[in-house]
Amino acid sequence: MAFASPPTEKAEMMERAAVRGRSLWDDARSRLLRNRAAVASLVLLGVLTFLAFIGPLLWVHDSSFIYRDRVQIPPGWENLHLFGTDAQGRDLLARTLVGLRMSLMVGVVATAVSLVIGVLWGATAGFIGGRVDQLMMRIVDVLYSLPFIFFVIILMVVFGRNIILIFVAIGAVEWLTMARIVRGQTISLKSMEFVEAARAAGVSQFAIIRRHIVPNVLGPVVVYVTLTIPAVILAESFLSFLGLGVQEPLTSLGNLISNGARDMEVAPWTLIVPALTMMLTLFCFNFVGDGLRDAIDPKDR
Amino acid sequence: MLSYLARRLLVAIPTILVIITVAFFMMRAAPGGPFDLERPMPEEIRQNVMAAYGMDQPVWKQYLDYMAGIARFDLGPSLKFRDKTVADIIAEGFPVSAVIGALSISLAVFVGTIMGSIAALRQNSAADYSVVGISTVGIVIPPFVMGPILALLVGLHWGLLPTGGLDPRYGMTVERLILPVVTLALPQIAIISRLMRASMIEVLRSNYVRTARAKGLPAGSVVVRHALRSAVLPLVSYLGPAAAALLTGSIVIEQVFQLPGIGRQFVQAALQRDYTVVMGVVILYASLIIVLNLVADLLYAALNPKVKYD
Repeated sequence: MAFASPPTEKAEMMERAAVRGRSLWDDARSRLLRNRAAVASLVLLGVLTFLAFIGPLLWVHDSSFIYRDRVQIPPGWENLHLFGTDAQGRDLLARTLVGLRMSLMVGVVATAVSLVIGVLWGATAGFIGGRVDQLMMRIVDVLYSLPFIFFVIILMVVFGRNIILIFVAIGAVEWLTMARIVRGQTISLKSMEFVEAARAAGVSQFAIIRRHIVPNVLGPVVVYVTLTIPAVILAESFLSFLGLGVQEPLTSLGNLISNGARDMEVAPWTLIVPALTMMLTLFCFNFVGDGLRDAIDPKDR
Repeated sequence: MLSYLARRLLVAIPTILVIITVAFFMMRAAPGGPFDLERPMPEEIRQNVMAAYGMDQPVWKQYLDYMAGIARFDLGPSLKFRDKTVADIIAEGFPVSAVIGALSISLAVFVGTIMGSIAALRQNSAADYSVVGISTVGIVIPPFVMGPILALLVGLHWGLLPTGGLDPRYGMTVERLILPVVTLALPQIAIISRLMRASMIEVLRSNYVRTARAKGLPAGSVVVRHALRSAVLPLVSYLGPAAAALLTGSIVIEQVFQLPGIGRQFVQAALQRDYTVVMGVVILYASLIIVLNLVADLLYAALNPKVKYD
């Protein structure tokens, strides 16, 4: 039918086609939006994040205020302790929100640390190749075989339980897989025809990296980031559970779970509420990560 | 094969040395020392104690002494338990951790393989969905949540099993081991059944399985003798990291169920600056992880004729 349409319209259509080509990302987005579990998780994560950051400001109870006469009150409407109070008489809902906020922050910041180290390390090794690559990846192999959690424990003991250090320590542990992913991706992209074609066409090195390498590395990296965040949240909770993570008056979900586990015989809700909150958060991250992987990985189309 | 083994062991030595060195200097950089927490002692006695443990020397000298000790397989005395050596402490705690770890990994491999295979054989059935569902739940519930919840429900609420503590008088009885072992195994069951499901689905689609079916072998023997053998390969390469995860997990399990294992000793020792015990446990675990990774790689080669080490 193309010849039937007037020439101006055809030109317009071609122009529009050039502008509105379906990119890899458009495809990925539409596939992600069709995945109901992932979308629901994304929405739920948004709600949880909003509650964690705004909730403590609006809620009637302050997370650190101690009601001396209301110790371990079970969940109920009385005095609006919806999730009850803990062993010190603090409102559990407020504490859970604050703890969730801390866990989310640790998750995001430590993942960012691991992202920076991993991408720089992997991209450098992949780009330079040869001896340097061999050496850098051998280092990663060796680090893989370390009992890392022991080093994190020693770190926490050595430098005090400083919150910045928790971010850095966990991030520094989690970058290895990221480096491997980025390196593999960089190496395989380097020798791709479209990169060679771009080079032959005289596109500058910087433009090649920006237009061809980065967008293609980004997919797996984004997927891995969404799966690293829950891993980091778990790692922090693990440290808090051992009493080595976030310290009072700050709190995290791991911290609350640890306290709840201690009091569970008399006040089971102090364990159940933070534990369910954490499971919900981890569930959401996992579904989003799986959804993103299905959406971005073109192999499963 | 032998030269591969020799090469791997040769690489392991510098790895261990790096681990020891980093751990040694990290511990020494810690503020406070092993003798700070006790009641203040007169300066001369303090000097004597420090000298008795060689801690009046400069750090590099202590490091060399420690390394010399390691070369003689001597991990030194504990700085907190006056009449115990590090070897004594490890000999007390490690069997507990090892038994729990070994039972957990066996349980996880057994249950995980069966669950994953069933899910793959009945893909998109109710059984498949429940396996996938269970494994997702298993992955997002960490042991330190599962442990207390199981203890609360099974131990306190229903009163079926004892919740914790290995009484030295009775030793490790089966009832006392069930909860810790199951708690530690659950996340691994989740991961293993996922791995197993994915690889089994792929293998069942392969040509040689179709051939085996076409020539009329019974379905059971196709699965068990042909498919399973290559489907377990990803599982075998996962065993190295799994072992490391179990070691980490056992720290939590020992805390939750109050077991006198080595993981709990480690955290205590790190908090109390018991340098030698911390070092001893780090060395033990690092060697364990290296050996288990090596075993997993060798097993992989033994099962996969495509892989040849030379």
